[in-house]
Amino acid sequence: MIPTPHIDWFALAPVNSLLAATGLALLCAVLAPARSRKAVTATLCGLGYATALGFAVALYVKSAHGHGVVVDAFRRDRLAELTAIIVAGSGILATVVSYRERWREDHIGEYYALLAAAGAGMIFFVGANNLLTLFLALEWFSISLYILCAIDRDRLSGLEAALKYLIIGGFGSAVLLFGSALVYGATGAIDFPGIAAAGHEHDALLLFGLAMIIAGLAFKASAAPFHMWTPDVYEGAPTPLTAFMAAATKTVALVVMLRILVTAFPGDAYVWTRALAVIAVFSLVIGNLAALVQKGVKRMLAYSSISHAGFMLIAVASSSSLGARALLYYLIPYAAMSIGSFAVVAARERELGVPVTFANMAGFGWERPLLGISMWTFMLGFAGFPLTGGFVGKFYVFAAAYRHGWTWLVIVGVLATLVSLYYYLGLVRAMFMRRTEDLQLAPIGGSPPRDALLQTAVVACLVVTVGSFFAVQPLIDLAKHAASSLPF
Amino acid sequence: MTTALIVLPLAAALVIWVLPLNDVSAGALALLAALAEVGVWIQLAARYDFGQGGLQFAQQRNWFSDLHVSYHVGVYGFSVWLTGLTVIAMAAAIAYGFWAGRDRLRAYLGLMLFLTGAVVGVFTAQDLLLFYAFFEAMMIPLYVLVGVWGGPGRLGATLKFVLFTMAGSLLMLASIVVYGLSQNTFDLVKIGQSSSNWVFLGFVAAFAIKAPLFPLHGWLPDAYRESSPEVAAILSGVVSKAAAYGFLRIAITKFPEPAQHYRAPILALAAIGLIYGSLLAFRAPDIRGVIAYSSLAQMGLITMGIFSINDLGLDGSVLQMVNHGLVSTTLFLLAGMVERRTLTGELSRLGGMARGRPALATVLLTTGVIALAVPLSSAFAGEFLILAGVFRHGWAWSVVGAVAIVLAAAYVLRLVSAILHRDVGPAVSDAALDLRPAELGVVLPMLACLLALSAWPAAITQHSFRGDRPQADVAQGFK
Repeated sequence: MIPTPHIDWFALAPVNSLLAATGLALLCAVLAPARSRKAVTATLCGLGYATALGFAVALYVKSAHGHGVVVDAFRRDRLAELTAIIVAGSGILATVVSYRERWREDHIGEYYALLAAAGAGMIFFVGANNLLTLFLALEWFSISLYILCAIDRDRLSGLEAALKYLIIGGFGSAVLLFGSALVYGATGAIDFPGIAAAGHEHDALLLFGLAMIIAGLAFKASAAPFHMWTPDVYEGAPTPLTAFMAAATKTVALVVMLRILVTAFPGDAYVWTRALAVIAVFSLVIGNLAALVQKGVKRMLAYSSISHAGFMLIAVASSSSLGARALLYYLIPYAAMSIGSFAVVAARERELGVPVTFANMAGFGWERPLLGISMWTFMLGFAGFPLTGGFVGKFYVFAAAYRHGWTWLVIVGVLATLVSLYYYLGLVRAMFMRRTEDLQLAPIGGSPPRDALLQTAVVACLVVTVGSFFAVQPLIDLAKHAASSLPF
Repeated sequence: MTTALIVLPLAAALVIWVLPLNDVSAGALALLAALAEVGVWIQLAARYDFGQGGLQFAQQRNWFSDLHVSYHVGVYGFSVWLTGLTVIAMAAAIAYGFWAGRDRLRAYLGLMLFLTGAVVGVFTAQDLLLFYAFFEAMMIPLYVLVGVWGGPGRLGATLKFVLFTMAGSLLMLASIVVYGLSQNTFDLVKIGQSSSNWVFLGFVAAFAIKAPLFPLHGWLPDAYRESSPEVAAILSGVVSKAAAYGFLRIAITKFPEPAQHYRAPILALAAIGLIYGSLLAFRAPDIRGVIAYSSLAQMGLITMGIFSINDLGLDGSVLQMVNHGLVSTTLFLLAGMVERRTLTGELSRLGGMARGRPALATVLLTTGVIALAVPLSSAFAGEFLILAGVFRHGWAWSVVGAVAIVLAAAYVLRLVSAILHRDVGPAVSDAALDLRPAELGVVLPMLACLLALSAWPAAITQHSFRGDRPQADVAQGFK
C-alpha cells in the first residue's frame, strides 16, 4: 500500500472552496435553466470567493508560525494568506463587475466556473513551496485565463488577445519550466529551502536557471522587457476580466517572485537584487513612456500596470523586510485601484458600445459623478497623490530602495512618477475639463444603464483606495506579519 | 484646536458634495463654514500664548510607526498669522465665487473648502510626510479649479502648472525619504539638522517652483490669467505662501549649512526675480498680468528676507507674506470685479472708471497705495525690514530692493490710472456699475486687515518668533 501523506485540509480550504465553486458552476452551466444560469453561476463564483476569503482570513489568524504542509509542497503562512485575501477580494469584485457585461451569454456558466478556477490556481500558486507545485499552479491559473480571454467568441479582439496570451504565456511558462529544470540539475532539489540549502552559489547552471525563473515570473507580472503581451491582452480581453488580471495575476506573480527569490536563492541575492533593479527600471521607463502616447484608456492602464510592476519590483529588489512590507502594502491599494479603474472603463463601454478612449471619456465625470470621482481618485492613487493608498505605497517603496542604498532608484522612481502624471491627469482632464458636446459619439441607449452592482464594486474599491491612506498602521501590521514568514 | 481648523473645511466640503443642496443653500453653507473657520482661527489666535511662543495646540497621533511617521500638527507664532491669512482670504474667495455664481457651484465650493483645509494643513503640519501630503493635497483641488472653471486656455495652463509644481514636489519627496530615513524620524520638531546639499536642494526646488522664484516661474502667467479671479487670488495670495513657509520652516531651519552655502545664489535669483518681475509687471498689457508678475517680484523679496536669516529679515518676510497675501488677494478679486463689468482685462481698453464709481476708485486706490509700499503702510514696514535685513549681507542687495520699490510704485500707479483715470476706455460703458454691497463685503474686511496692520505692524513682527528673537529661534529649530 502506498503511504499517503498527512494533508492539512484547513490549509487547502481556500483553494478547495474555489474548486468546489468551479465544479458546481460547471454543473449548473449544464443543468440550470438558461434563464437563471447567469445568476446561479455568478452567485456560486462569488460565494466561492467569499468562502475562500473567509478561510484565508481564518488561516491568516491561525498561521502565526508558517510551516509547510502536504510533504512541504505547500506553505501555510501569513504571506500566502494575505495574498489569498487580496486575490479573493479581487475575485469577488471581478465577479460583481462581470455581471452586467454585455456579451454573448451562451457560455456564461463556464465563464464564472473558470473565474473561480483561476482564483483557486492563484491562491495555490502563492503557497507553492517547490518548483513542481509552482509550475502546476502557474499553468492552472494561466490556462483558465487563456480561455476566459476568448470566452466571448463574437469579439475578435478577445480571440486575438487570447491567442497572443496563449503563445506568449506559453513561452513564459516554458522558460520557467526550463529554469526549474536547470535549478534542479544544479542543486538536486526542487523544494525552495532545499535549493537554498544546497548552496551552490555562483554556479553558472544555477544562475542560468535563476535567470530563467525570474524571466518566467516577470512574464506573469508583466514587467518590461517581458511585457509585450500586456497591452494587447488587456485591451482585447473582456474588461471585467482585465480588471481581475491586472489586480490578481500581478499580485501573485510578484509575491511568488519575492518568496522564491528570498527562500530559494538567498545566496545569490547579490545577483538577483541587481537584476530586478534593472528590470524595474526597464518597466518604469517603458511603461511610462509608452503610456504617454496611448489613446485607448485600457491600453493606457495596461502600460500603467507595467510601470507599477516596476515600482513593486523595486520593493522586491531591495530584499529586506521593509521591502516585503512595501510590496504587500502597495498591492492592497493597487489591486483596488486596478479593479476600480477597469470597472469604470467597463461602465463607459457598456454605455457607448465602443472601446473607451480618452476622447470619448469627455464629460463623463459630470454625467456620472460617482464613477467620475472614483476614477479621478484611482488616477490620483496611481500617480501617488496623498489621500490615496498609492501615496503611502510609493513612499514605502522609495524608503525600501533608500534603505538598500539605492538612492538612484528613488530618483528614477520619482522621475517616472512625474512622467506618469501626464497621462493619469490626462484622463481626469478628459473626464472633467472637456465638454460632452465635443464628443461626436451618441450613447447607444437613452439614459445610461443603471448598474448598481458595478457601482457598489467601484465604491468598495474607492473605500479601499482612500481608506488605506488613513489606516496605514493596521495594514502595515498585516504586511509585517506576512513578511515575517520569509527568512530575512 | 489645530485639528479642528484642518478638519472643519474638509468636513464641510464633504457635506456640500454629498448633500443634494440647491446652489443658494450650498453657497450659504460654504460661506458659513468659511466664516466658522475664521471664528475658530480667532479663537486660536486669541488663546495662543505669544509671550511663551513655540509650538502650541500640538496634537500627535501615530500614523505608521515602523518608519516613525505620525499625524503631528501644531502652530508657531508665524503659523498663526499664515493660517489667519489663509482662512480670511479663502472666506473672501468663497464668498466671491458664490456671489459671482460659478456653474456647478457645489463642486466648486467644495473644492475651495477642501483647498482651505489643505493649506491650513501645510501651515500646521509638524511631520515631514504629513507636510508633503498636505502640500500635494493642495494640488488636487487647484488642478480642477483652474482646469474646469478657467478661461479658454485653461487646459494648457493647468498642464504646465501641474508639471512644473509636481516636478518640484517629487524632488522634495525624494529629499524627504532620504532625510527622514537617515534621521530615523519624520517628525519636524524632533528631526535633527542636516548638512546634505542635495537634500536641501530637493526641498528648495519644490519651494522655488511653488513660490515661484526666477527662473522657475514659467507656469505663473498662464495659471494666473486663465483661472477665475478668486482662484488666481488664492494661488498668488495664499498658495505661494506655502512655499515661503517651507523655506522658513524647513529649508533654513533644518539645513543651516547648505542655506549658508547657497545663500548668495538664492539671493541672486530672488533679486533677479524681483527686478525682472517688476519690469514685466510694468509692461504687462492686462490687469492680471500686472498682478501676476508683481507676485513674482514680491515672492522674490520675501525669499530675500528669509534667506538673510537675521532678525530684521525674518520678521520682515513674515509680515510681508501676510501683506502680500492680503494685497494680492484683494487685487485679484478687484480685477475680477472690473473684468465682470467690462468683459476684458486689457488695460488699453479700460480707463476712466473712477468717474461715478467712488467705491471702486477708493478701494482700488487704497489697496494700490498699500501695494506700492508708501511709508506708513504695512507693506512699507515689511519691505523696509527685509531690505534692512538683507543689507547685512551686502549693500548691493538693498539697492536692488530699493530699486524694485520704485518700480513697484511705477507699475501699481500705471495699473490704477489705467483702470480709473485717463479717458473712458472703449470697454467701459455707463452700465458698468459701482461695486455692489456684496463685493464691498468681500474686499473690505481684507482692506481693514491691511489698514490695521499698517497701524500696528508689530502685531506680526513682534509676535512671530519666540521671545521676538527670530534668528535665535531659527537657529534652535524653533524648539
